[in-house]
Amino acid sequence: MTDNSIVAEGLVREFKKGPRAVDGIDLRVEPGEIYGFLGPNGAGKSTTVLMLTTLLPPTAGTARVAGFDVVREGPKVRATIGAALQEAALDALLTGRDHLKLQTMLQGLPKSERKGRAEELLARVGLTEAADRKVGGYSGGMKRRLDLALALVHRPRVLFLDEPTTGLDPQSRTALWEEVARLAGEEGVTVFLTTQYLEEADVLADRVGIIDHGRIVAEGRPVDLKAEIGRPSVHAIPRREEDRARIHALLGAYGEPFGEDGDLAVRLREGIGLADVVRGIDAEGVELDDVELRAPTLDDVFLAKTGRTLEGAAEGTDQAESAPRRR
Amino acid sequence: MSTAAVQIGAIAGRSIRRTVRQPAMAIPPILFPVALMLVNAAGLEASTLLPGFPTDSFLAFALAVPFIQGALFSTMNAGTDLARDIQTGFLNRLSLTSLRGSSLMIGQLSGIVVLGVVQACAYVVVGLLTGVHFASGAGGIAVLLVFAFIVSLGFGALGSFLALRTGSGEAVQGLFPLMFVLLFISSMNTPRDLIAVDWFRWVATVNPVSYLIECVRSLIITGWDAEALLLGFGIAVAIVVVSVALASWALTVRMTRT
Repeated sequence: MTDNSIVAEGLVREFKKGPRAVDGIDLRVEPGEIYGFLGPNGAGKSTTVLMLTTLLPPTAGTARVAGFDVVREGPKVRATIGAALQEAALDALLTGRDHLKLQTMLQGLPKSERKGRAEELLARVGLTEAADRKVGGYSGGMKRRLDLALALVHRPRVLFLDEPTTGLDPQSRTALWEEVARLAGEEGVTVFLTTQYLEEADVLADRVGIIDHGRIVAEGRPVDLKAEIGRPSVHAIPRREEDRARIHALLGAYGEPFGEDGDLAVRLREGIGLADVVRGIDAEGVELDDVELRAPTLDDVFLAKTGRTLEGAAEGTDQAESAPRRR
Repeated sequence: MSTAAVQIGAIAGRSIRRTVRQPAMAIPPILFPVALMLVNAAGLEASTLLPGFPTDSFLAFALAVPFIQGALFSTMNAGTDLARDIQTGFLNRLSLTSLRGSSLMIGQLSGIVVLGVVQACAYVVVGLLTGVHFASGAGGIAVLLVFAFIVSLGFGALGSFLALRTGSGEAVQGLFPLMFVLLFISSMNTPRDLIAVDWFRWVATVNPVSYLIECVRSLIITGWDAEALLLGFGIAVAIVVVSVALASWALTVRMTRT
């Protein structure tokens, strides 16, 4: 039976005269699972990927990918993994087809299979028509799709994707998500995906590990992590500043008030909804400029665990999840 | 075909394809040395009147220079190509395959060497078209192409070493003027025994580039000069040995993988 898992224990990477980029990470990714590794820039996501893909030796700790030790069995690890690292590493002067031809040769595919595999992958990522164009003229989304195709040439059992959708338009991002989900769902490929987009981790990942300053601060299914944080909250913006204290008092009747920087917010008690809060405030004749129901997000999880919000999270936050409801 | 041979072929093919698709990279190494040679030949023709000058055609005397100058371009091309691969992460992509460092180095240098030999063929054609008589005949031209092969390999590996150590195309290009100075303080324009200025003659004598030029020159204007050939080939092979060793070591460091 094939082992497509990723297991890391006490993984550390310390750079000379630098910080501990990765500071004792323990994680286990099950075969066929999509694991989202979420964290802000500089948290240690890419360094972890480099260690798991054998491109960077760990300073301490151990890791096994597909059953092979990343330090002692590097060639075996590389033979079983595919990786699309940060920034699509492509040659602007080569065509998409040139890239696939090169990759099939370097990955040791038999000559009889190379052309067929290249065509199959070009079709799968929707680049057949653009296959003979130089990559320098590709859009960001096309480059990312080609990058993914190149990572899949040798049918890897474990796939590492380092911020695969950074800078992509929503359409390209969705297309890539679909392909990643298909790979895990239909082909049983284990996917280790780093991202700084909350929505990406939320939508795509079976489980999420949140990393900050080189340490995993939270890990679990997105739904469980958010449930840990608690109930939804209501955030209100008064029309008149002089109503602020009154609104604060009113909100206290529906749950535990909280907030920062003058934000008026309440974490709702069990059984209380947005309508109850709106009706209650309305009944008191207080006017609001805006009122918003917020379900806990992974950003809230990050905030709860680190005291900070996730850098760059705004771009990836599901707008539907926090859409303001105006009175 | 073995896996290593397939991989070397793949990398060499890419290197050649890249060069062919960048006319700005392929044409100047042929045109500029030829243009410089023609300008020099026009201005310095009177040098042939100096007592002891080895030929009455300055063009024949100067034709050796493009062979070496073109090889210097190889240094820059090989280096900037590799530096770009480092900067874009393409080297990491290659590192994730079963590609061996030696296959990468051989493949990458094969492309440069092919370009170097093509350049040398172009210089031979220019020489023949401008009426230069190759004293060593067809056999000498063949030896000259072998020499171009070795020199391109040596300088190409040197460029690769610089790229691998610095990871910067700019750093590689920064070396080019220095290499050019080495060319100008050699016996490029005057035979060493006719250089009147003592310090210049001394510098040209200790400058290995002089012997590379004189090796090529001997095949064009002298015929079969064993001493010039031994010195030229000896120095060229020494450059290959040293620069390939340095580049291989730098590649091992750069392609850190477990």
